[in-house]
Amino acid sequence: MAERYYQPEIETASREQIRQWQDERLVRQVRHVWDSVPYYRKKMEEKGLTPDDIQSAADLHKLPFLSKHDLREAYPYGLMGVPLKDCVRIHSTSGTTGKRVVAFYTQADIDLWEDCCARALTAAGATAEDVCQVSYGYGLFTGGAGLNGGSHKVGCLTVPISSGNTERQIMFIRDLNATILCCTPSYAAYLAETMKEMGLSPDQIPLKAGIFGAEAWSEEMRRDIEKTLGIKAYDIYGLTELSGPGVAFECSAQNGMHINEDHFLPEIIDPDTGEVLPDGEQGELVFTSLTKQAFPLLRYRTRDICVLSREKCSCGRTHVKMSKPRGRSDDMLIIRGVNVFPSQIETVLLNQGYSANYQIIVDRVNHSDTLDVQVEMTPEMFTDNVGEITRRQKELTDGLRSMLGIGAKVTLVAPKSIVRSEGKAVRVIDKRKI
Amino acid sequence: MSVKQISVFLENKPGALVEMTKVLAANDVDMRAFSLAETSDFGIARIIVDDLYKTTTVLKDAGFVHSVSSVLAVAIPDVPGGLSQVLAVMAQEGSNIEYMYAFLGGKAGSAYMIFKVAGHHKAAAALGAAGIRLVDQEELSEL
Repeated sequence: MAERYYQPEIETASREQIRQWQDERLVRQVRHVWDSVPYYRKKMEEKGLTPDDIQSAADLHKLPFLSKHDLREAYPYGLMGVPLKDCVRIHSTSGTTGKRVVAFYTQADIDLWEDCCARALTAAGATAEDVCQVSYGYGLFTGGAGLNGGSHKVGCLTVPISSGNTERQIMFIRDLNATILCCTPSYAAYLAETMKEMGLSPDQIPLKAGIFGAEAWSEEMRRDIEKTLGIKAYDIYGLTELSGPGVAFECSAQNGMHINEDHFLPEIIDPDTGEVLPDGEQGELVFTSLTKQAFPLLRYRTRDICVLSREKCSCGRTHVKMSKPRGRSDDMLIIRGVNVFPSQIETVLLNQGYSANYQIIVDRVNHSDTLDVQVEMTPEMFTDNVGEITRRQKELTDGLRSMLGIGAKVTLVAPKSIVRSEGKAVRVIDKRKI
Repeated sequence: MSVKQISVFLENKPGALVEMTKVLAANDVDMRAFSLAETSDFGIARIIVDDLYKTTTVLKDAGFVHSVSSVLAVAIPDVPGGLSQVLAVMAQEGSNIEYMYAFLGGKAGSAYMIFKVAGHHKAAAALGAAGIRLVDQEELSEL
């Protein structure tokens, strides 16, 4: 099947063309921010900068960073680039990592965001013939609104079902022949598990593709979901601070997400020193919003750890690709001095045949960190032989030790005892009081 | 001649076992034999019941992970050395016992044991040849 694009002239533009857009838009955006966001202007002045110092994207590194801390300091209006009367909507983060962030949108901001989501849907194979079930939460969360808008732009019949009520989700998928599903990967896994329990085989499920984002997930989880639902599962990346889902999305190659570089200019930095790293090196992803008016963030530190690649992609898109983040640096746990990402634990579990229903409990006992991985027993992994189960449990403990570099305790728990999430899964419970 | 045993995964925490027995009680399941194997963090309840199909169905509906395996139910001669006699036959046959447990039948003067052995057909034949009586599912239900 020939690759299809929502905006081919942008998505397959030459690198020179993209660079030219970025140069022009950055210069314009810095001027806009200088004129309308005193909070950022002060930061520039502290570094002795004026808009004249930014002549092209090559000067980007001179600008000061913005962090989540700045967003909290400037809450709620301090980073706005237009008067409130020009804004038409707000969205807010889910607050999983602390205080909520509130972001503002003009109509033009909403349009460009929905374009980005439409690119993602088209890359996943969506056309006007499709029925697109949007099972992300609607409301303040950007997931529902973003994919809903993108789905409209593509011309899909959009089912704005939001999250929750799993039985109704499955009923609509089957009765309306939904072909595209948009939700968090953990909810997709739960829907898949439920449909499997209902005895539905992949050919009885009309879905053909899914767009799953808003939380970290592993390749193994992708394979499980694809197999159970009989679909292609695509990752999508975004954050409320920049608009929402659609900042980057996966194409048919399924090996990284194309960043919509005409709107979001990426950099990779060393998270400790702030120094810009060359392409191909792993570091913290930083974004500069080139076109957003109401909430124009420059050099915003995402705390996501990933790698950028400019290798030519088989799909024909020319925009740079980012690897699946190893996890938001907020998700990263430091246990006994070692960096641990929940996604690493998930990889080991799924590789050894356990389910993606797990919970990581970190505690501190006698001044030493403990890591307890609770995983649900499955019919496939159960036998009446205690020795066999204990052996598998040890294999899992060994697998975790070699992946993480530190020891973990594995506890097998009863099925369904780990609470299922309809939005973002709660993977980590950190009981340490430091 | 073997009987079907249901093994149920249980978390090692207060109330885990009663959750299971409540399900069985609510569905009028009659347990003929019961044993519990445990480690420090999980347990396996092994049960033999009057109605295998009903029990596995209600356990599944209640969300318990379980499996069904074939075990031998042996009537142990109720005399000193009775058990030893049975074990000697199995040892002779090279049958390795994974686990075993005793239970009481309703009849006086009889003792019964459940054996999980690798290759239970061979062991069953050897026990039969040695004059040791095996109990089938039907008889077990009547004990």
